[in-house]
Amino acid sequence: MAAITERMALTHPQARSYHGVWAWLASVDHKKIGIMYIYAALFFMAFGGAEALLVRIQLWQPDNHFVSAETFNQLFTMHGVTMIFLVAMPILIGYINAIVPLQIGARDVAFPRMNALSLWLFVLGGLFMYTSWFMGGAPDAGWFNYVPLSGAHYSPGAGVDFYDIGLQITGIGTLMTAINFLVTILNMRAPGMRLLRMPMFTWSALITMLLILFAFPPITVNLILQMMDRLFHATFFNIPLGGNALLWQNLFWIFGHPEVYIVILPAFGIISEIIPTFSRKPLFGYESMALALSVIAFLSFMVWTHHMFADGLGPIVNSIFAITSMLIAVPTGIKIFNWLATLWGGQIRFTTANLYALAFIPLFVIGGISGVMLAMAPADLQYNDSYFVVAHFHYVLFGGTLMGALAGLYYWFPKIWGRLLDETLGRWNFWLVFIGFNVTFFPMHILGLEGMPRRISTYAPGYGWTTPNQIATVGAFILLIGMLILLYNLIRTFARRPDLVADPWDARSLEWSIPSPTPEYNFAQLPLIEHRDAFWVAKREGTGELPKAEPPGPIHMPSPSLSPFFLALTIIIAGYAALLHADWLALLAMLAVFWQIGLQLVHEDPGYHVHPEIPAGGAAE
Amino acid sequence: MSVQGETTRIALQHEMSQELGLPKDHRILGLWIFLAGECAFFASLIGSYLGLHNSVAHGPAGAQLFDLPLTTIATLILLTSSLTVVLGVAAMQRRDVRGMQVWLWLTALLGLFFLEFQGYEFYTFYHEGLTLQTSAFGSAFFTLTGFHGLHVAFGVFWILLLLFQSLKHGINEDRTTKVFVMSLYWHFVDVVWVVIFTLVYLAGKVG
Repeated sequence: MAAITERMALTHPQARSYHGVWAWLASVDHKKIGIMYIYAALFFMAFGGAEALLVRIQLWQPDNHFVSAETFNQLFTMHGVTMIFLVAMPILIGYINAIVPLQIGARDVAFPRMNALSLWLFVLGGLFMYTSWFMGGAPDAGWFNYVPLSGAHYSPGAGVDFYDIGLQITGIGTLMTAINFLVTILNMRAPGMRLLRMPMFTWSALITMLLILFAFPPITVNLILQMMDRLFHATFFNIPLGGNALLWQNLFWIFGHPEVYIVILPAFGIISEIIPTFSRKPLFGYESMALALSVIAFLSFMVWTHHMFADGLGPIVNSIFAITSMLIAVPTGIKIFNWLATLWGGQIRFTTANLYALAFIPLFVIGGISGVMLAMAPADLQYNDSYFVVAHFHYVLFGGTLMGALAGLYYWFPKIWGRLLDETLGRWNFWLVFIGFNVTFFPMHILGLEGMPRRISTYAPGYGWTTPNQIATVGAFILLIGMLILLYNLIRTFARRPDLVADPWDARSLEWSIPSPTPEYNFAQLPLIEHRDAFWVAKREGTGELPKAEPPGPIHMPSPSLSPFFLALTIIIAGYAALLHADWLALLAMLAVFWQIGLQLVHEDPGYHVHPEIPAGGAAE
Repeated sequence: MSVQGETTRIALQHEMSQELGLPKDHRILGLWIFLAGECAFFASLIGSYLGLHNSVAHGPAGAQLFDLPLTTIATLILLTSSLTVVLGVAAMQRRDVRGMQVWLWLTALLGLFFLEFQGYEFYTFYHEGLTLQTSAFGSAFFTLTGFHGLHVAFGVFWILLLLFQSLKHGINEDRTTKVFVMSLYWHFVDVVWVVIFTLVYLAGKVG
């Protein structure tokens, strides 16, 4: 095979080149795709955050009429959908794109064009969902979109259609990411990079992609069933005609519970990189960390009914799922203790990245403990649908995932963009976010125990809910200031000249052994890996040069291509056509989609060669 | 260990896929992983069907509608297409391009026959009073078998594309892998039908 591509490359010495915006739209480089994922996630975070602030303003005082109840429903629904599907997952997938191929010593991902397609399906699918605000109203049935509330009878507008079609489109992109990275991690590791020598972030990516592979098909089916109901009047969820409302809940949570691990395991991976680096110690209990990730992933498919304790499925079902849910605390506890043991006796440096990583541990423990409280089925009936649940999942998703994501941003920023973020602004950013987060979400535990239901647009005075709500709203604005400082930090750093430091943190894994920002071929010569933390060992025992596995020579690269972008665009057109019941346009667009897929199936990419011995930088663009 | 010959370099790049005994070609491994996801997809669809197959409301039930002899013939047609695709791949591996093309034609044709059967079945059921809107059973039946049918149709499309590519440009190592990957997909679609035939038609007939 290599011989064939070699020969084709001789006849096509130079790939078509694109410039300006087109270079980004046509890029199949995992590093550029990772950067676009991170930018898009931060973009959507601004919207998700604005929605949260509007919710908090509305709840400032009893009987408030800042927004209408209808708008309030749309705000909390879009806040949840945005933060889960358009922020948490993409920012983590962005890091996985930008970093994992470097950590395993690969030059690219297994399917570069498919990778670009995943990106564009996410970006365009997210924008598609956001256009619902101007096209008759956003989805308003909650992020888990329960039937019959989300059925045609109670939600006649197009909002839920935007949810169904938009999530379907982004979900297909996510599935392709899973296939891509599973093949990349399994098949493209540098020589000697055995599974048990991989950095823990790569391990978390591997396990996360397995979760996506098996968790996304159930939601795909669920969305198909609801689209059949809403667009073609099928009766899956139409009770008088034999439909079943619990079918939605089951399929949704068979996806939904693994989904929460899809957004936390990569954060675990980030923390497992940062804490050893800034403690100057190897990760404590490496094998048990990898095993714990695998056990959590396995158990995550065994617990979905704990979201349905209040359905009345009976004491046996509830007991079984309560036990499996509490079991997850065991592998999670192993991870927590391993991080603490890594810190123990280390030379800890309190950089912003490490501050976020250190804050992650107690915040995630609080979220984990309230999780075990919720897992106790009889007690859950007291907390169910109250602000206690809201407090719980914000402690794991914000205190966990987002703290992990921000830690990763400060940590990998110099590798991805060749510049260090400002540490002084970083501290202001961290402390305001940390304080703002706790001021916002800790009172919600109390609100929940005081009986305040979630998702109510306003409340009457006299329940004692006003003060905790006002504290939470103040906290939300502290958070806003913290995030604006991050924005200022980003702008200032981009305005500065790049530092181009390859290894600013004296770190351990392979991505730090190559220049920042990384040349397009990543490794001029693939390294030979003889140890776990091979780069650290090379720095301690020698010059920091890793042994090479291959002679220098021309490197084959995939050609840039606009076809993934146009395929994603056609899918979006099909989505709008289906949503507007423009049947012929939808059919035509679907035919165009399959035609483009067909072109990809017979596509042969000759690629092109770069010659890394030409001075570094010159070959990169 | 620093400088290797060109052959060693390729061997080294393949070394890590051998740690787990996985296929070296990304496309083959990728397709296997895709099929794992497809298993979860069809498991969810079949599970939904099994949960709803007795919910016939005022419409007809499966036991009244299913025509087992006809479905058995359709099943045999689809299973035969798995044989023909194997023969096609075997011919390809013998470098018998003509033989491969003949067997692929036949596979596509058998796939089309199967779709013809499904169209006829949908038409008959429609006239016997079962539609997507009649009952949850109707919705689940048409969605499950419909999505399987779409998979067959996509497979036929894929076969024809590769067939025309080989007719126009001949075959090379890259296209050989393309054909092999397609054949894996085709087998999977057939296996899913075996499950559907058993759980929907056979089990549906006995109630």
